[in-house]
Amino acid sequence: MALTVVSQIFPREMIPAVLPLIEDKLQHSKEIIRRKAVQALYKFYLIAPNQVQHIHDKFRKALCDRDVGVMAASLHIYLEMIKENSSGYKDLTESFVMILKQVVGGKLPIDFNYHSVPAPWLQIQLLRILGLLGKDDPRTSELMYDVLDESLRRAEINHNITYAILFECVQTIYTIHPKSELLEKAAKCIGKFVLSPKINLKYLGLKSLTCVIQQDPNLALQHQMTIIECLDHPDPIIKRETLEILYRITNGQNVTVIVQKMLDYLKESKEEYAIITLSGKVAELAEKYAPDNGWFIQTMNAVFSVGGDALHPDIPNNFLRLLAEGFDDRKEDEQLRTYAVRSYLTLLEEENTFYPQKFLQVMSWVLGEYSSLATDVDPEIILTRLHSLLKKTFVTSDTKAWIMAAVTKIASHTSCSKTIDKLIKEFSSSLDTCMRQHAFELKHLREDRVLMKNLLPFDASCNDMVVDASLSFLDGFVAEGLSRGAAPYKPHHQRQEEKLSQEKALNFEPYGLSFASSVSSSGITGRQSPTGLSFGSDTSGNSAETGHKETNTLKLEGIRKLWGKEGYLPKKESTAGKPDEPQAASCGNLLAGRVIDPPASQSDQVSSLSEEEKEKQQLASTLFVGLGSNAGVSLMGKMDVATQKFKRKSKINETQTSEEASDIQNSAASTFGPLLDTVPVNKEDCEGNKHTRLRKPSLCSSDTLEDNLAFETPQSLKKPGLDDRLSDSTLSPLSLFADGNIEILQPSPSALCESANKTLSVPSLPKELEELPHSEVVELCQSDALALYLCKVWKDDSLLLAVFASNKKSSALNTVNLVFEKAEHFQILESPAHQFSVIEAQSVERCQKCVWMDKICTQGILPGSISYQSEMEPCLEFSVTLSLLDFIRPMEMTTEDFGKLWLSLSNDVKQNIKMSPSQDSLSTALSTLQQKLKLHIVDIIGNEGILACRLLPSVPCLLHCRTYSGMLALWFRSPCSALSDGLLYQCQKVMEES
Amino acid sequence: MIKFFLMVNKQGQTRLSRYYEHVDIHKRTMLEAEVIKNCLSRSKDQCSFIEYKDFKLVYRQYAALFVVVGINETENEMAVYELIHNFVEVLDKYFSRVSELDIMFNLDRVHIILDEMVLNGCIVETNRNRILAPLFVLDKVAES
Repeated sequence: MALTVVSQIFPREMIPAVLPLIEDKLQHSKEIIRRKAVQALYKFYLIAPNQVQHIHDKFRKALCDRDVGVMAASLHIYLEMIKENSSGYKDLTESFVMILKQVVGGKLPIDFNYHSVPAPWLQIQLLRILGLLGKDDPRTSELMYDVLDESLRRAEINHNITYAILFECVQTIYTIHPKSELLEKAAKCIGKFVLSPKINLKYLGLKSLTCVIQQDPNLALQHQMTIIECLDHPDPIIKRETLEILYRITNGQNVTVIVQKMLDYLKESKEEYAIITLSGKVAELAEKYAPDNGWFIQTMNAVFSVGGDALHPDIPNNFLRLLAEGFDDRKEDEQLRTYAVRSYLTLLEEENTFYPQKFLQVMSWVLGEYSSLATDVDPEIILTRLHSLLKKTFVTSDTKAWIMAAVTKIASHTSCSKTIDKLIKEFSSSLDTCMRQHAFELKHLREDRVLMKNLLPFDASCNDMVVDASLSFLDGFVAEGLSRGAAPYKPHHQRQEEKLSQEKALNFEPYGLSFASSVSSSGITGRQSPTGLSFGSDTSGNSAETGHKETNTLKLEGIRKLWGKEGYLPKKESTAGKPDEPQAASCGNLLAGRVIDPPASQSDQVSSLSEEEKEKQQLASTLFVGLGSNAGVSLMGKMDVATQKFKRKSKINETQTSEEASDIQNSAASTFGPLLDTVPVNKEDCEGNKHTRLRKPSLCSSDTLEDNLAFETPQSLKKPGLDDRLSDSTLSPLSLFADGNIEILQPSPSALCESANKTLSVPSLPKELEELPHSEVVELCQSDALALYLCKVWKDDSLLLAVFASNKKSSALNTVNLVFEKAEHFQILESPAHQFSVIEAQSVERCQKCVWMDKICTQGILPGSISYQSEMEPCLEFSVTLSLLDFIRPMEMTTEDFGKLWLSLSNDVKQNIKMSPSQDSLSTALSTLQQKLKLHIVDIIGNEGILACRLLPSVPCLLHCRTYSGMLALWFRSPCSALSDGLLYQCQKVMEES
Repeated sequence: MIKFFLMVNKQGQTRLSRYYEHVDIHKRTMLEAEVIKNCLSRSKDQCSFIEYKDFKLVYRQYAALFVVVGINETENEMAVYELIHNFVEVLDKYFSRVSELDIMFNLDRVHIILDEMVLNGCIVETNRNRILAPLFVLDKVAES
């Protein structure tokens, strides 16, 4: 009984406590207890898959249990797991096939029969699993053809439950790699279903038709007549399923008829949910296959009027975008727009008709933008129409705002008009403040025609307006404020935290090292182009007046609000006169807050005032050095703290400081040369490019390292012993960049020697990568012509996959394409494809891809394929297994930083592990963790130790360990609970192994 | 998977409800009312599957009692349709000719049976003897 309860309601926090008990029960002698235990484990798997990872082999045991019930219970777990990752369980296919064969063959005890069909639900479950396993995999599919055939044959008794099995069979046959005989049988089955007089069967048949129709459109042709009959079926559910089929087979030729049918159904239907989905489908079809403009507009009109306000907001938005962006053909655009304008005018002519708000909004927008295209229509008429609309009571104020916008737009290209005057007069005294504001705006705009023309250019709706979200045009103001000694802005939560920690009186050292690595990425996104700002600042003055929906101008009100809530006015700031000033302060502070690291800014406050002044100056100069001012240079060298803070963010600084640095650093600067060119360009781009930006410096830095080597140690290169070179490289980065603060992963000499030995195997890494820690080169796949090798390089900022393609033939291979497929858990930083234009005979080509983990999992698979021009075997598939550890890097920090970060993180995971006698002391245990998991040991205090690491790019995870009486208590904290779980699992594994 | 399992009579009174996904209490009554309205409005010659919002209803009528099951896309409608019958057969066996009153007064038993058959929205047991085994043990304990 308790086990049943466990499998029904259970909090995830309690799993570690109960898990061992349940594991014990798996060995119980009574089958029912074993079954319940498996069910409880299934529940655990559902709520926290990470925590039951280590008992996967027990699931396998359950699958082979001699009792059917236990086996059946374990199928649920497998169904879930295979859904997640089908490639991991291919080896079980045979067992599933065997089980199904036995079930179908009637080998089960008689009481499992239901209406003389053996365990039908079990069969269905198995078929489902097989379907998942065999998807797109010819080899696995082959294994199951026989058994599928068998089940099809056995399930010929006329009973509902056999139909259910047949249906599942058909589904499976169509999902796995196709085999013509089976497909034929399945098609026959579907035919039987569809033609059946029983209504439920008909439904089932239609449903399977929808599933298979895309693979086999001919099937639809066979059942044409039935489908048409079903369209007029009295049961709306059948009708809807039929429409679903039609939706799948729509093409350019039949679209008009199908859409007509759908609209008919829509008009009859009352249920809101059905309307929403169906109207979405109609709109999609209309956009995709519209034969001509007139039809398209009419259809969309119908959709809008039928769909009403329940419509998905994307539909009107897409429609408007289509109108605004138009096609390639200018003439066609105009036709479409003119047609739209005319049709809306005729619709509006009819008095006393009710239209949904969304439709009205669309109408008013189109009229406002394109009414002048219909040259023979007097704008006065349009204005009267809109005016009369405004007076109607059913129009909401939201829609009224749209209409007003349209009126304003029309007004901008017509000379004076009586209707507008009337309108202004009428609404200037309106009770609705919104309307009143719009009316006043219109009035003022009319007085200044030039401004109006500028503001509302004709047909500019799709010209992108650049809004500078980071408000960087206020940088100058911030700099000024800061140079006068104002404290930099800190975000609200940070200030609170500081207060908190100060109250607790933790001891701070004044110059705590910053954990730049964790914050750097956010810092970089924060800073955007200072040049793309012109628009925002120019119009911000006007925007309060216009407040237009379409003109994306910066709204003053919005910013003041932001400032009020979060803002923090510097002490010495002169009181704000102009509206721009508080704005400047607020956003400047925002900016500064983003860039400065918390501990650094804290130390600012502690330090003396003069110190602070200098800091500010530096902050300002580091901030604006990218803009071309060289003022910062003289200051830069003196203050290490500041430059450290901006390590990654402003590489340019470093090139400039190089003047006073040693000649070695000059060489560094020279390699930074190209970077200088790329960075400003990159800055213009927005976030999308931040990855490349982040990576470039680091790539460069490894290059620099190479260059320096060549520079400094020509002698050692002359007598090129490999070991010599390596030892040089490990020494040089330390000395070279002591001032430059470039973060380089410093590989330990031993690791290097190891790797040097390893890379003697087939293909070898290029020099600059060889110095980073990396895995062995392993073979991925091979064919007669091509062999693929892979080497993982654990770079500091990403996992670099170096793929070697080696041509085994005696002739050159042309255009070899390497493509990584999209994987759920991983993100490839550049394009996932790579093309080798030619691989010479017997030679090796290399390509590199940087990978991040997107969604946390302990182990994942990155599939890919390589293809080359050849008659045979055009495509070679492979998969790369990546584990969480590939993405874990040590994170250096001080004890104080650790304390602060610890408080700010909330996702806790705790676990006690038994320590083996060989690793009884804390320090040995920690060093195991350090070596195996790449954790960084922050500090060891008594019997407690703290460690830190980060998941690439910058998700921190902190670990607190304590030993007592042979146990090691682990306590993880990280912003993301899956990361803690995953790391805990790895820790357990490592500790067990050692 | 199965989202909920309902037994409702023709008057719209809910006799049994079991949810496998969290639904707010006050939303449940609304949902039940709408579901039964949908089922009652259908005639005998219409099919027993209804698309309702983003899930499907499978229903079966036994005299004045409706059994309605809400499922999502991945479930096989016909299999669930038969599951309902299986469930009723089990009830029939346990109560020997089950009636609405049996269900009203032995709600705990019915729940135990249902929990044996469906767990976390999955069909876990369909063998009649095995479903009833724990219940018989309980009855024995109660007697002695």
